[in-house]
Amino acid sequence: MSIIQYLKPAFLGHPSKDSQVYRHTFNFPKIWKMTVIITAAVTLIPLISITMIDYNVTQKALESEILLRAGRVASNTKRSIDFFLAKHKSVLDFLINDNTFDELNSLNRLTAILSHLRTGFGGFVDIGIINSSGIQIAYAGDYKLQGKDYSRQPWFQKVVEQGVYISDVFLGFRNKPHFVIALKKVYPGKTSESEKTVHSNSAIDSEKAVEPKSGFYILRATIETEHFNDLLSGLALSGMGDAFIINYEGVIQTHSRLHGDVLTKTDIPVPEFSSYTEVKEYQDSRGNINILGYAYIPETNFILMIVKKKAELMRSWYSTRSILILFLAGSITIILGAILSLTTYLVNNLYIADKKSAMAMHRIEYDNKLATIGRLAAGVAHEINNPLAVINEKAGLIKDMFTYQNKYETDEKLIGLADSVISSVKRCGSITHRLLNFARHLEVSVESVNIKKLIQDVLGFLGKEAEYRSIRIVVDIPDNLPDMMCDRGKMQQIFLNLVNNSFSAISSDGTLKIEAKEKNSEFCIITVSDTGCGIKPSDLELIFEPFYTTKSSQGGTGLGLSITYGLVHEAGGYINVESELSKGTRFIVTLPYKHNIVKKEEKACEYS
Amino acid sequence: MRVLLVDDEIDYVSTLAERLSFRGIEAQWASCGQDAMKYLETNQYDLAVLDVKMPKIGGIELKKEIEKKYPYMKFIYLTGHGSEDDYQKGVADSVYYLIKPVNIEELVKIMKKTMEENPN
Repeated sequence: MSIIQYLKPAFLGHPSKDSQVYRHTFNFPKIWKMTVIITAAVTLIPLISITMIDYNVTQKALESEILLRAGRVASNTKRSIDFFLAKHKSVLDFLINDNTFDELNSLNRLTAILSHLRTGFGGFVDIGIINSSGIQIAYAGDYKLQGKDYSRQPWFQKVVEQGVYISDVFLGFRNKPHFVIALKKVYPGKTSESEKTVHSNSAIDSEKAVEPKSGFYILRATIETEHFNDLLSGLALSGMGDAFIINYEGVIQTHSRLHGDVLTKTDIPVPEFSSYTEVKEYQDSRGNINILGYAYIPETNFILMIVKKKAELMRSWYSTRSILILFLAGSITIILGAILSLTTYLVNNLYIADKKSAMAMHRIEYDNKLATIGRLAAGVAHEINNPLAVINEKAGLIKDMFTYQNKYETDEKLIGLADSVISSVKRCGSITHRLLNFARHLEVSVESVNIKKLIQDVLGFLGKEAEYRSIRIVVDIPDNLPDMMCDRGKMQQIFLNLVNNSFSAISSDGTLKIEAKEKNSEFCIITVSDTGCGIKPSDLELIFEPFYTTKSSQGGTGLGLSITYGLVHEAGGYINVESELSKGTRFIVTLPYKHNIVKKEEKACEYS
Repeated sequence: MRVLLVDDEIDYVSTLAERLSFRGIEAQWASCGQDAMKYLETNQYDLAVLDVKMPKIGGIELKKEIEKKYPYMKFIYLTGHGSEDDYQKGVADSVYYLIKPVNIEELVKIMKKTMEENPN
C-alpha cells in the first residue's frame, strides 16, 4: 500500500457498493474541496497580493533610487568639469587681460607664465600667442611650435568667431591626448599706440604688418587630459561604473575602463542634447541593461557619460527578492499544509460521525424490525396456543380414557393414534413456546442465562436448515459453566448472527462447532467455528465494519457482524476472528459473566 | 387436593378438569370470574388455576379478589395469551406461569409442588 493510499482519508473514496444500503447525509469530497479552496483563496490571495505589491514597490523604489544616484553623480561631475574648464579659462582670461600683448609676446615672460601655471594649476603643457593671421608668434613649451601656421585649422576660425574655444581632445604633434583652450583678445584702445608698442617691443618684424589689420590676437593653451582622467577615475562608482567624456561625434575623450580607448568611437549611442543632466536606460550589444547618466558640458563639445551596469546595482535587490520569494513559498506551503490537514481532519471526523449515526439509525431500524417480527410471532403463537391446548387436552382425554378405563385397553392402535396427536401438539407447542420466548426476551433486560441453553435455543431456530443441508452441528459446552447475567435477547442476537454467518459460509456436509469454556472467574470464551469458505485476509479486518458485505447480491446489508461486534462491546466483551481461505472461519467471543447493561432509555437518548 | 380451574375456553377447561379427575385430583371448572367466585362461596378449594386473559375479569385481578377472601389459597397461571406485562406480574407474584399447551403430567407435578412449597 503506497503512502498516498495510506494517507488518503476514507471519505474521499468510499466504495460505491455502500450506496445501496447506506446513504451519506453530505457529499464529503465536495465539502472537503470547497473548504480547501475557499480557505486557501481567503488566506493566500491577500498574502500573494501584498507580497506582489511590496515586490513592485520595492523594485520601483530601488530603480528610481539608482537612476537618481546616477543623475546626481553625473550632475556633480559635470559641475567639477565645468569648474575645471572655467578655472582654466578664467586663468587664461586673466592672463590675457593682465598682460599686454608685448609682455605676452616676450618669450621670457611667456615661459615664466607657463612655469607659474604649471605649479599653480598643473596640466598646462604649453602656451602660445597666435596673431590674427594664424601664425604662432610666441610659444613657451616643450615643442618647437614657434611660427606654426594655424590659420587653416577649424579651431582658429571658431576662436575668431566666438572669442573662446575649447577643443576636442586630440593627439596633435605632441602625440599625447590633450585639448586646447584658446581666447581671442582685441587690441584695447588706440590701434596706433599699441601698434607702436608692438613695433618697438616685438622681436619678430614680419608680423608687425599683419596685426593692425584684424586688431586681435589669440592666447592658446594646451592642457593635458590627465587631469580629467584623475577627476573621473576618482569617482567611486558603484555597479561596475564607468565615467568618461565623449564629444558630439561619440569619440571617447578621456580614459574609459570599459567602453573603448581614447579617441576611438564608443559603442554607446550619443544621447540627444539636453541642457540638464539626464538619466536613461539603454541596452548594450550584449543585451545587458545599463544606466546612463549624461550631461552636455556647455561651451564645449564634451558630453560627460556615467555608465553603470543595472544588474550590478540591482544585486542587493536580487537577494532581497529571493528572500521575499522564499518567504512567500514557505508561507504558502505552511498555510496549504495547515489547511489540508485541518480540513481533512475535520471532514474525516464529520464522515465518521455521519457513518456512526447512520449505523445507529440502521440498528434502530433493525431492532424495530426484530421487535415487530417478535410481536408478530408472539401474536401468532398466542392464537395458535389455545386451539392447540384444546387439541392437546382432547387427545389427552382420549388417551386417559383408554388408560384409566379398561374398555379400550387392548386397542393399541387407538392409543398410538392419540399419542401421535399428542406428540404433534407437543412439537407445535415447542415451536410456539420458543417464539414466545424469543419475543419476550426482546424486551427483558438482565437475567441469569444458561449459556448452553441459550446456544441450544439459537440452534433450535436453525435446526431444520442444518438438517436439510446436512450440516453437522457440534456443541461442546461443559454443564458446569456458570450462568451469565445478561440480556438474553442480545445474547441470542449475537449468536444467531454468528451462526447465520457460518451457515452462509458452509456448503453442504460442513461442520459447525460451538464451544464454550471458562477463561477466568470473570470471562468465558465462546467460539463459533465452521468449515466454510473462509475469509480473504484483506477482508478480515473489514468484516466488522458496518455496511461491509460480500453478499450484497444476496441481500446482505453488511450489518450482521457489525451489530454483533457492537453488542459484544456493549456487553464489555470482545470478538476476534481467525480465518483460512477455503478451510474455515473461527469467531472467538469473549464475554464477561456479568454484562454491562445499557438501559433502554439512555440508549434512546444516544440515538436521537 | 381440590382445584378450581378458571378459563373462558370451556372446551379446554372442561376437558382438563375431566383429565385431572382421572389422576385423582378433584377439579371444578368455571368459565369466568363471577362463576369462580360463586363456586368459592359454596365449596372449599386449595388451589386455583387461572387463565390470565379472560373477558371482564382477568386472572391477575381475579387472583387478588380471591386472595382477599380466601388467603390460604394457592394459584397457578395457565394461559395461551401471556403478554410480557402479564408474565412480569406473574413472576412478581412468585406464581408459576405456564403457557398452553401443557403436558398434563407436568401440570400435576407443578400443582403438587405449589401445594408443598407454601404449606399453610
